Amino acid sequence: MTERMTGAQALVRALEHVGVDTVFGIPGGAILPAYDPLYDSTKVRHVLVRHEQGAGHAAEGYAQATGRVGVCMATSGPGATNLVTPIADAYMDSVPIVAITGQVASAAIGTDAFQEADISGITMPITKHNFLVTDALDIPRTIMEAFHIASTGRPGPVLVDISKDALQADTTFSWPPTMQLPGYRPVTRPHSKQIREAAKLIAEARRPVLYVGGGVHKAGASPELLRLAELANIPVVTTLMARGTFPDSHPQHMGMPGMHGSVTAVGALQKADLLIGLGVRFDDRVTGQLSTFAPHAKVVHADIDPAEISKNRHADVPIVGDCKEVITDLIAAVEAGGRHGDYADWWKLLNGMKETYPLGYEEFEDGSLAPQYVMERLSAIAGPDTYYVAGVGQHQMWASQFIDYENPGTFINSGGLGTMGFAVPAAMGAKMGQPDSTVWAIDGDGCFQMTNQELATCALEGVPIKVAVINNGNLGMVRQWQTLFYDQRYSNTNLQSTRRIPDFVKLAEAYGCVGLRCERPEDVDETIKKAMEINDVPVVVDFVVHQDAMVWPMVAAGTSNDSIKIARDMAPKWESEE
Amino acid sequence: MSRHTLSVLVENKPGVLARVSALFSRRGFNIDSLAVGQTEHDDISRMTIVVSVEELPLEQVTKQLNKLVNVLKIVELDPTQSVQRELMLVKVKADADSRSHVLELVQLFRARCIDVAADAVTIEVTGTPDKLEAFVKVLEPFGIKELVQSGMVAIGRGARSITDRSLRALDRTA
Repeated sequence: MTERMTGAQALVRALEHVGVDTVFGIPGGAILPAYDPLYDSTKVRHVLVRHEQGAGHAAEGYAQATGRVGVCMATSGPGATNLVTPIADAYMDSVPIVAITGQVASAAIGTDAFQEADISGITMPITKHNFLVTDALDIPRTIMEAFHIASTGRPGPVLVDISKDALQADTTFSWPPTMQLPGYRPVTRPHSKQIREAAKLIAEARRPVLYVGGGVHKAGASPELLRLAELANIPVVTTLMARGTFPDSHPQHMGMPGMHGSVTAVGALQKADLLIGLGVRFDDRVTGQLSTFAPHAKVVHADIDPAEISKNRHADVPIVGDCKEVITDLIAAVEAGGRHGDYADWWKLLNGMKETYPLGYEEFEDGSLAPQYVMERLSAIAGPDTYYVAGVGQHQMWASQFIDYENPGTFINSGGLGTMGFAVPAAMGAKMGQPDSTVWAIDGDGCFQMTNQELATCALEGVPIKVAVINNGNLGMVRQWQTLFYDQRYSNTNLQSTRRIPDFVKLAEAYGCVGLRCERPEDVDETIKKAMEINDVPVVVDFVVHQDAMVWPMVAAGTSNDSIKIARDMAPKWESEE
Repeated sequence: MSRHTLSVLVENKPGVLARVSALFSRRGFNIDSLAVGQTEHDDISRMTIVVSVEELPLEQVTKQLNKLVNVLKIVELDPTQSVQRELMLVKVKADADSRSHVLELVQLFRARCIDVAADAVTIEVTGTPDKLEAFVKVLEPFGIKELVQSGMVAIGRGARSITDRSLRALDRTA
């Protein structure tokens, strides 16, 4: 049935039809026509944020916690450019979001009109695709295409820029429109020959590793991964984007690989004779110096994005496909092969490493708080059903290392782009997507000061997130690099947040949240429990921690994984274990 | 590094050229030549892109190009199995004394004289990059006043068409 309405009404109706229930945004001149029908929508809840960057990260958090497309909305010019960082973040971490921006009237495009920015041009290299719509008739089809592109294949951000006159124009609406995407055909079915080839390598290998990335959870393939790993008895490493995709408590889990990975996970990759990369992209933070990464290993690489395969490391067996289908087929092929690899020596080596080099940290003699201890206690008290949302930096690495993840998707963080300020708004989005779950944002004092204005949104919209600010008074990760590589010259990393400027407890209270402070190890449990009991308003806990705590192990940037250090000037002796 | 000629079929929509050329520069590839124009189908444009890269990066850039939603198809044209042409317009000094020499060269290169003035002629010539280079060389002694050159266009030899299947894909969505 065709109805007459404005472009703006058609936009809201299209959003309702594709199943949108939450939009994060801020109105402004060019997008204003859309906000009028949005006001009447009973299906779409608009959450008024305090900064467009918050809207974008909230959409990301919502998308990652629900698996559905997150939506953010902004006006033209500065509204749109404020979305650039979250769009780039979503692009790097393959998060399905749709950003809708108002654009100046089509007649004014290109004239440097008030609040004009070429946002489709600006976001071209950081979106999966983007659209500029100047005809109201195109709005429903474009919205349907945008959601289809964002959520299928390798997920990613899509921007829809709509000129003000298109929003205001009278048009006709009918649903569903016909998508016109002749050049968009994601491949999800893996090639059976490659699957057989992979199964053959698995049976022949002596030291195989399942190198698991974010693509496995995005494909919803955690159960299949568990079956494959147990069936073939292969050790598993989970990257930063895959934490929880395989249970941390499982004896076959070796930890996280990479720059701050566990010795066992990094060692497993370096010593492997076969890497089975599933939904990974051989990122430099995982491989270290590429030429010395996993030097003895053949590579099976499965990913839904053909461009990732052999991009950084040559794949001996390339498999293009959705990880759920790939792993399901691999299980069948391994079962059909009937023979198992002999991995006894491999397990002996890895289990020895795991025992000798567990993750650990330094406690401070002055009785001050070790940030890693805060993570351990959070993990123990909040438990594995909680969603943990981190930004970037030391706190993010500690959150990855010292919280035990048992469930897929329960660790949400800014991996690829490394965006400071991600945690608070992303936690807000995650909580709105999973209102019955506890959501803990884990943030650094530097990150927290970039986007904490969204606490106002959380307080007013009834989104009771919990925020653990790991306050070491510094841009901690940068300071760590200055400690190690810049002769302890701490140029511009001291935020002096421990002088209580700002006072995070008072700040929390000013935003209508509960503010708590914890400075001693003996108070940690009680403080966390107190925070867990408050479920009507957001809680911010200022965990004042020692500024000299460092993230270990570490592979210095650009060096080989073989030169991993477990503490300053301390290398594991894995070579002698052979 | 070796030269490769890519024929890229794209949707005939605004901004597609920018997407393609931006992708090359963003991923660190230099384009030697790029030509774009209509095809026998109104909804499809065809780009001919010449790049100098090794085999492996070429595969990477082709895969990245394929990810662009507006890109329908990419075919690498083998120089031995295709016809490759560039167009050049060149303005050469030619007075009454030298004009006949210039026109002789025009004949030799199967070029055409398209404009004549008292002290210059303008010549149109098509061919492979090698031929155009040779032509410029022989004209240089007369004095080249101005030169403009198109990107390369190329088409496979034989009866097969690279557009057939892409057209069918377009028809399905229409």
